[in-house]
Amino acid sequence: MFDYSMADMGNIMVMQGFSGLSMFTVLLLMALGLAIIFGQMGVINMAHGEFMTIGAYTTVMLSKVAATYGFVNYYFLVAIVLAFILAFALGYFVEYIMIRHLYKRPLDTLLATWGLSLVMQQAFRSSFGAKEVSAELPEWMLGSFKPTPDIDIPINGVFVMVLALLVTAGVYIFMYRSRWGLRVRATVQNRVMAGAVGINTKKVDRITFALGCGIAGIAGAAFTTIASTGPTTGTLYIVDSFMVVVFGGAASLMGTIASAFGIAQAQSILQFFMTSSMGKVSTLLVIVGILMMKPEGLFASKLRK
Amino acid sequence: MSTLNRRSFMKASGALVGALLAAGLMTTNAFAADFPTDKVMTTGLAVTDTVVKVGILHSATGTMAISETGSIQAEKLAIEQINAMGGILGRKIEVIQEDGASDWPTFAEKAKKLLASDKVAAVMGCWTSASRKAALPVFEKENGLLFYPTFYEGLEQSKNVFYTGQEATQQILAGLDWIAKEKKAKTFYLIGSDYIWPRTSMKIARKHIEKNLKGSVVGEEYIALGDTQFGSVINKIKLKKPDVIYAAVVGGSNVAWFKQLNAAGLNSAKQTMLTISVTEDEVLGIGGENLAGFYSAMKYFQSQTNPENVKFVAAFKKKYGKDAVIGDVTQAAYLGPWLYKAAVERAGSFDVDKVQAALPGYVFKDAPEGSVTVEKNHHLTTKLRIGQWGKDGQAKVVYTSGYIKPDPFPKGYQ
Repeated sequence: MFDYSMADMGNIMVMQGFSGLSMFTVLLLMALGLAIIFGQMGVINMAHGEFMTIGAYTTVMLSKVAATYGFVNYYFLVAIVLAFILAFALGYFVEYIMIRHLYKRPLDTLLATWGLSLVMQQAFRSSFGAKEVSAELPEWMLGSFKPTPDIDIPINGVFVMVLALLVTAGVYIFMYRSRWGLRVRATVQNRVMAGAVGINTKKVDRITFALGCGIAGIAGAAFTTIASTGPTTGTLYIVDSFMVVVFGGAASLMGTIASAFGIAQAQSILQFFMTSSMGKVSTLLVIVGILMMKPEGLFASKLRK
Repeated sequence: MSTLNRRSFMKASGALVGALLAAGLMTTNAFAADFPTDKVMTTGLAVTDTVVKVGILHSATGTMAISETGSIQAEKLAIEQINAMGGILGRKIEVIQEDGASDWPTFAEKAKKLLASDKVAAVMGCWTSASRKAALPVFEKENGLLFYPTFYEGLEQSKNVFYTGQEATQQILAGLDWIAKEKKAKTFYLIGSDYIWPRTSMKIARKHIEKNLKGSVVGEEYIALGDTQFGSVINKIKLKKPDVIYAAVVGGSNVAWFKQLNAAGLNSAKQTMLTISVTEDEVLGIGGENLAGFYSAMKYFQSQTNPENVKFVAAFKKKYGKDAVIGDVTQAAYLGPWLYKAAVERAGSFDVDKVQAALPGYVFKDAPEGSVTVEKNHHLTTKLRIGQWGKDGQAKVVYTSGYIKPDPFPKGYQ
C-alpha cells in the first residue's frame, strides 16, 4: 500500500468516506419503511421489497412517458411522489384485506406477507415482463461532481443522500412532532387504553402500514439510480432492510439510523481492506455477535415487560 | 417375427396410401412414410408417424426467468421454422414445456418427468450451471438428450449433453489476447460474482495473463450474488489503476456495477473494460449509456451482418416484437433444435444412442453466428467476437477470431 503518493491516498480516502456515507443513506432509506411497520406495529412485512419494486417500476414507466413527451429532466421528482402515492394506496388496501386480520398472530403475518411478495413478484413478471429494465436518468443525475480533478463524487449518490435525509426528517416530524404520530405511539404502547381515550386504532394501523409501504415506494424510486429493476429486485433489499431494523432495535428511529450508519461504515471499510465478500461476511459476524449480547438491538425501547 | 414384419409392412403401406391420397398438398407425409416409425425409433420414445415430442425445460418463473425467457423464445422459433419446413423425418415437433422455476431440484424433477413419463426424444434446456448439474444425473440415468445453450465454465462432458454455448477457454483466451495486443494492456483487475462460473473463468484468465501474456493481476474480487454496493471496490480499482478491468458480474449486481462505475467517473474514456457477462439482454437493464465504449467477448452479437443472421433477427422480431433483443445465449439456444434435426437426419433414427453418435462432425453452415462444427467432445467449434457497446444497446463487432476448438478440460489452467 506504500507505493502510492500521498495525494492519491488522500483522494481515495475522501471518495471512500463518501461511499460509506452513500451506503449509509441507501440502507437508511431501505429500512425506514420497515422500521415503521415492524418497529411500530410488530408486523413482519416480507413484502417490503416488493413495495420498493412498485416504486421502481413507477419510475421506469414514467421515464418512458417522459422520454416520449420530452420532460426527462424533471420527471424524477414526479416519479418519487407518484411512487409514494401508489405504494401507499396498495399498502392501505393490503392492510384492509389481509394484515388487519392477523394482528393477534404476528408470526402468521410473516407467512402471509411472504405469500403476498410471491404474488406481487409474479404480477410484476406478468405485466412488465421477466427482463430487467432501467429508467432513463436525466442528464443532471449522470456522472460525477469533481471538487478536484482526481476526486469523483457520484451525483446519484448525493441525490439518494439528500432524499434519505429529507424522508428521515419527514418521518421524524410525523412520528414525534405531529398529532398523528402521537396517536401511533399511543396505539403501540397500549392499544386498549388508546382506544379508550378515543383514538381510532384501526385507522391508525391502516395509515401507519400504508405510510411504511409508501416510504418503501420512495426508496424503490431512488434505487433506480443505482441499480436495475426487475420482478425480483425486492428480494435483493429485504435482507439488508431487516438486518438494519433488527440490529437497531425495532421500535426506535434513532436505532435504525445508528444501525444503518454502523453497518454501512463497517462494511464499506472492511470491503476496502479485505475482499468484497469477506468484508460482508465479517460485518455479518460482528452483527451476530452484538445481537447475541444485546438481543433487543442497539437501542431497545424502554417498555415495561 | 413374421407378424412384426407384416405389421410394419401394413403400417408403411398404409402411410404410403395416405401419402398418395394427399399428394401434391402434403408432401411431408410421403417423407414420413420413407421412415416408418418402428424403424426410426426402437426405444419407446414419444415418436409417432406424424409427431415427435421434444421437451423445453427452462425457468419461466423466478429469478432466472430474466435470462431464460430469451432461450425459450429462440427454441420455439426454431421449432416453428423446422415444422414449417416439414419437421424432422416428416414428423412435426410437438413441444412439451416445463418450468424449472429457478429452483435446481425442480429441474431434476421436471427432467425426470419429461424423460420417464412423456418419453420426449430430446430436451432443449437448463441455463445456469447449477440447474444443469442438478438435471445431469437424470439425463444420464434415463439416457436422455439435452441441448444446453449457455456459455459456461467447462470441466464437464457428458454423452447425454450437447453444449451449444462456449466453454470457458473459448470465451476467455482469445479475448484476453486481443485486449493485451490492441490496448497494450499489462495490468488486469479481475472482478466477478461469487459462484462457480466467474471463479473458474477468473482462474483461467489469471493463468493466461500471468503465464502467456506476461502481464500481472493487480486485484481479484468476488461480489456476493445480488450485492448492489460497489463503492469500496470502485475505490480500490481507482487506487490500482489497472489497464483493463476484466469482469464477470451477473444479475442485479451487474446493473449496479455499471451504473456506479459511471457515476464514479470511470467511463470508457478513462477505463478499458472487457466483460464476459454482458449480452444484448443484460444491456436492457444496464442501459446503453452506462455501457457505451466498453467491450464484451461473446461468440455472437445481434448486430452481425451476415445474411443468416439478418434473416434470423428479422424472424425473431417478427415473432416477438420489434423491441426484442437477441443475446449470445439466445442465439445458442436457437441452434439446439436445428442441431437435433440434423443429428436425427444423419442417424436416420430418433434413438438417442444413434443420434449421439451421428451429431459429432456435423457442420452447421447456416447458423446465425456463422458456421459451427460439432466436435467429438459434444461442444462446438466457434469463433470469438469482441463487441464494443454503443448507446443504443447494440455492439459493434471490432474483432473476430479464427475458429476455436472447444477444450472443456484445459491443461495447465486448473
